[in-house]
Amino acid sequence: MARAVSTRTRLTFTVIGWLVGFVIFFPILWTVLTSFKSEGAAIATPPQFLFFEWTAENYVEVNSRSDYLKHFMNSVVISLGSTLLGLLIAIPAAWAMAFAPTKRTKDVLLWMLSTKMLPAVGVLVPIYLLFRDAGLLDTRIGLVLVLTMANLPIIVWMLYTYFREIPGDILEAARMDGASLAKEIIYVLTPMAVPGIASTLLLNIILAWNEAFWTLNLTAAKAAPLTAFIASYSSPEGLFWAKLSAASTLAIAPILIMGWFSQRQLVRGLTFGAVK
Amino acid sequence: MATLQTRASARLMMTPAVVLLLLWMAVPLSMTLYFSMLRYNLLMPGMEEWAGFLNYRFFLTDPAFLTGLLNTLLLVGGVLLISVGGGIMMALLLDQPFFGQGIVRLMVIAPFFVMPTVSALVWKNMLMHPVNGLFAWIARTFGLQPVDWFGEAPLFSIVMIVSWQWLPFATLILLTALQSLDTEQKEAAEMDGAGAVSRFIHIVLPHMARAITVVVLIETIFLLSVFAEILVTTNGGPGVQTTTVTYLVYVQALLQFDVGGASAGGIVAVVLANIVAIFLVRLIGKNLE
Amino acid sequence: MGEIRLEKVHKAFGSTVVIPEIDLEIADNEFVVFVGPSGCGKSTLLRLIAGLEDTTSGRILIDGEDMTARSPAKRGLSMVFQSYALYPHMSVYKNIAFPLKMAGADKAAIDEKVRNAARILNLTDYLDRRPGQLSGGQRQRVAIGRAIVREPKAFLFDEPLSNLDAALRGSMRLEISELHHQLNTTMIYVTHDQVEAMTMADKIVVLNAGRIEQVGSPLELYRSPRNLFVAGFIGSPRMNLVQGIEAEKMGAATIGVRPEHLQLSTESGHWKGRVGVAEHLGSDTFLHVDIDGIGQLTARADGEFALRHGETVYLTPSPERLHRFDDAGNALS
Repeated sequence: MARAVSTRTRLTFTVIGWLVGFVIFFPILWTVLTSFKSEGAAIATPPQFLFFEWTAENYVEVNSRSDYLKHFMNSVVISLGSTLLGLLIAIPAAWAMAFAPTKRTKDVLLWMLSTKMLPAVGVLVPIYLLFRDAGLLDTRIGLVLVLTMANLPIIVWMLYTYFREIPGDILEAARMDGASLAKEIIYVLTPMAVPGIASTLLLNIILAWNEAFWTLNLTAAKAAPLTAFIASYSSPEGLFWAKLSAASTLAIAPILIMGWFSQRQLVRGLTFGAVK
Repeated sequence: MATLQTRASARLMMTPAVVLLLLWMAVPLSMTLYFSMLRYNLLMPGMEEWAGFLNYRFFLTDPAFLTGLLNTLLLVGGVLLISVGGGIMMALLLDQPFFGQGIVRLMVIAPFFVMPTVSALVWKNMLMHPVNGLFAWIARTFGLQPVDWFGEAPLFSIVMIVSWQWLPFATLILLTALQSLDTEQKEAAEMDGAGAVSRFIHIVLPHMARAITVVVLIETIFLLSVFAEILVTTNGGPGVQTTTVTYLVYVQALLQFDVGGASAGGIVAVVLANIVAIFLVRLIGKNLE
Repeated sequence: MGEIRLEKVHKAFGSTVVIPEIDLEIADNEFVVFVGPSGCGKSTLLRLIAGLEDTTSGRILIDGEDMTARSPAKRGLSMVFQSYALYPHMSVYKNIAFPLKMAGADKAAIDEKVRNAARILNLTDYLDRRPGQLSGGQRQRVAIGRAIVREPKAFLFDEPLSNLDAALRGSMRLEISELHHQLNTTMIYVTHDQVEAMTMADKIVVLNAGRIEQVGSPLELYRSPRNLFVAGFIGSPRMNLVQGIEAEKMGAATIGVRPEHLQLSTESGHWKGRVGVAEHLGSDTFLHVDIDGIGQLTARADGEFALRHGETVYLTPSPERLHRFDDAGNALS
């Protein structure tokens, strides 16, 4: 039973909680604030927190000068493409493992998981050479393929844990009620699985959007997504903090919002159902 | 629990995922294994020759490897310590009822969604810059000498950045575990006369033990491959002070074009990761029924 | 029509044999209850009839037609699941209409049948609700509604009442019996609860380890259990079973006597014992009596029977109600 907590305790925790939350969130807040400053104000000492001249010029400049939109679109295509392709491959597999398990299902699942634990550097050289020879270096297609494979185990696992929660009885009831396999999937399974599929989709877009090993190593200019584009700010000439902040804000905003919506599913997805 | 017909269609539906993952794992990995036995440099095409375990000898006796291994352990250990320790405290804090809890929770988990290159650059420049950074200003405000973070403690700086990214992950999972603790259990312990501290040690901590293990293992897997944060902040330097095993392999492969050496390093990285992975897979496997 | 015949039905999962071999005939309009302890194969047998599992060998005939290889949908049977298995994303109306929709019935016909079923089952006011908003008993009725609209050849019930509380179980038992009379359709009902079996069945099939121990009407099973297993399973409280010298005196390896067939006396009788715990139910009192050389026996006494803990009591079995079993546990005539 929930117990009444004295207002004083509550207030104390409110203060501590907000303070800690603010400190942790500060770098992001600071980035957003800086993105609205002029370059001069951005590096000013003492730092200007709220009372500076707000300007949107960084956003205008980032968009016009560095072909920001192209990189943004690359990120969209790569993360969405790899996630959708992954779902296409994973949904049937997860269905099979959840509703028609065999003695080997568990082994297959764990084996899939172990492929996720293979460090990327272990296969960097051959993938790089294969991509070079196949002309896939610095292409969206190439990255979509790599990220699909890299995230497929997580997609299968998440869907599996969701599907497994749908009672088999209900699908059998549909079978008794005269539904064919196709109708069973369309009328009964899919409507019940939609929340699970949606959160799998969301989490994997986040993971693919932020992926920063393959995207940095397999792209140059053409297909570079935002991770690689932001990385180009690390060169000394790119030390324009306000513009870096504007580019960063644009790069993290959509994913931050998605992340906030999927925080519950995140736990399940990233722990492979070990913590619920 | 199904008829023959459903089992047959099930097998068919699993095939694409299994075959693709098998290819994705087996083909490049066996190529890496093969390359690791060759003298193979992209700058000297056509000069490939069998080298046996020579690459491994070079890689493992390279002083950079030992430094890299040590750096990797320090990075992983440091981040684990900060994120799990901090995560437990954050979880306990967020489990208390207070005003605006939901919003604080959103603020706390936010860093996890920031792409690694962004967090690395924001920290390196806007927070840790020795002259214009916010930390330098705070130090000066208190009359202290600002710290040149990446000059004086480059590895520690990276540990801080990466910890900031992974603290939310630990917090979120430990909080989930904490909230699944039966209130009656806590109340029973309270009836038995256990104070807040002994309740935490005897009831809460054992309950979270599994979740903590999961966090440690999963973070380790991901932390062993930390790459972007190093690339955009220090490039492994100064010298090899922030070079990890992963970064070393990258340098050999894509900067020195030494395919053989990089492959040997890749295999070493795989072996290292597998040591952790075995424990993780066992743990998760136990949880499946 | 709904006559079901099982011929040499055998089911194994890999090397685990669940049902060695079963022959069984179920007549049209009969209410048959499969009863047995958990793991006895009763649910598997029901699922074989439903077509949700393949038979390893043997044949299942419905109205004389071989259905062994038919898909569940084409067998013309309806099933009510233990978990009710309602579609959580559909309203009650749509749940009940689902089998009709799958059969391609037209809208008007669906509407009429759904409303009719809802009326029979007192669900008219709930048609727009989701299953999640209903109580256990209402969900149960929706599951039954979904089963009856198809007008099946037979209804299959898989432990339908086990998720309900005791009071509701009692009233649903009556409702299902009532429904059987109204619909006049074959019903096969699986339960582990012998009370449900006794109160509802025309015919009880007692299963143990995948084998049929006995088939018969409730009273037949009560009066003349064919073996120790049935004797112990049917009847509540359980039949007292006595082995050793006392049994040998009557020429059997084991003798059995039901609590209600023991006569009590404070003065004299066949066995002398001390009263242990007395359970007063109001109408009856169950006495647990310790008897030297035999152990504890349960005896039914009048509700007002006043004996205290530790007092002496004499028990006498009615000779014509005594059951005798041989070494193998089979009844001796």
